Amino acid sequence: MSLGPYASFITTAYTLVAVVLVILIGWIAIDYRNQKARLRELEASGAARRSGRTASDI
Amino acid sequence: MTLIDLANPSKFLALTARLLPWLAGATAILLAIGLTQAALAPDDYQQGATVKIMFIHVPNAWLSMFVWGVMSLAALGTLVWRHPLADVAAKAAAPIGAAFTFLALVTGSLWGRPMWGTYWEWDARLTSVLILFLMYLGLIALWRAVEDPSRAARAAAVLTLVGAINLPIIKFSVDWWNTLHQPASVLRLGGSSLDRAFLIPLLVMAVAFSLLFITLHLAAMRNEILRRRVRSLQMMQASQHIAFSSEVEAGSRQENASKQIGAA
Repeated sequence: MSLGPYASFITTAYTLVAVVLVILIGWIAIDYRNQKARLRELEASGAARRSGRTASDI
Repeated sequence: MTLIDLANPSKFLALTARLLPWLAGATAILLAIGLTQAALAPDDYQQGATVKIMFIHVPNAWLSMFVWGVMSLAALGTLVWRHPLADVAAKAAAPIGAAFTFLALVTGSLWGRPMWGTYWEWDARLTSVLILFLMYLGLIALWRAVEDPSRAARAAAVLTLVGAINLPIIKFSVDWWNTLHQPASVLRLGGSSLDRAFLIPLLVMAVAFSLLFITLHLAAMRNEILRRRVRSLQMMQASQHIAFSSEVEAGSRQENASKQIGAA
């Protein structure tokens, strides 16, 4: 597959999309881990939800 | 399960936990098919291989507007129906929409340089999309500036609905003004002017990116629900601590008073 004289523009565009999407996915995954860890910490320190559910139920 | 059932965050979390792996799998498969088709698509007779940028630029551009549309519906949900998950949906969508808009601008710029001879032109389409990007950033800043999520939600909902005026301006900017950007070639009266060799990979990529948005949006909504649970537990803990401290203080004051009476 030849990309012609503008190959650098095409590869830069695709690389940039991949990088931004990986950052977005990574950020959401890390945020999920952080929120669950904070919930567990709070539950361990005695804070409990009215429903009685814990972070491990999520 | 009805829409009313989904108003319960616990039910929403349970449903999305089951849905997300399937959505992620479908997104990955469709992205792989779309990227393969994009790689195998022929060169355009005028643009050459740079037409391949279209397969990522157009889905990002469509989603930049679609996400604001989703946020506008969520804003109505917040202001009119007071749906408990409406502002969660709006807040979670903003960073994803900002990322798609940023990618639409940058990939468009990288496509424009070889085709138009310039990375940027202050024409109606490019400028209105830049304004959309700035509005996304403004909304994210607003959500972060106001600590109470319910107060932030109302202000953000009003701003989102005002910003929705920009959507038809973006869509019809190429028809209303003389712009460097080409007019619509897929979603237009009289059908698409694109050849099937380009149209099919483009549509596959558009569906793949839409599924990606749905997957990321549901995951981000789950995070926001957890963040609010953390906040409410922290507030509950803080109020219990204050109540305990004031009880201890009141007890020691009473003790001192009885000692003083005894001494007298």
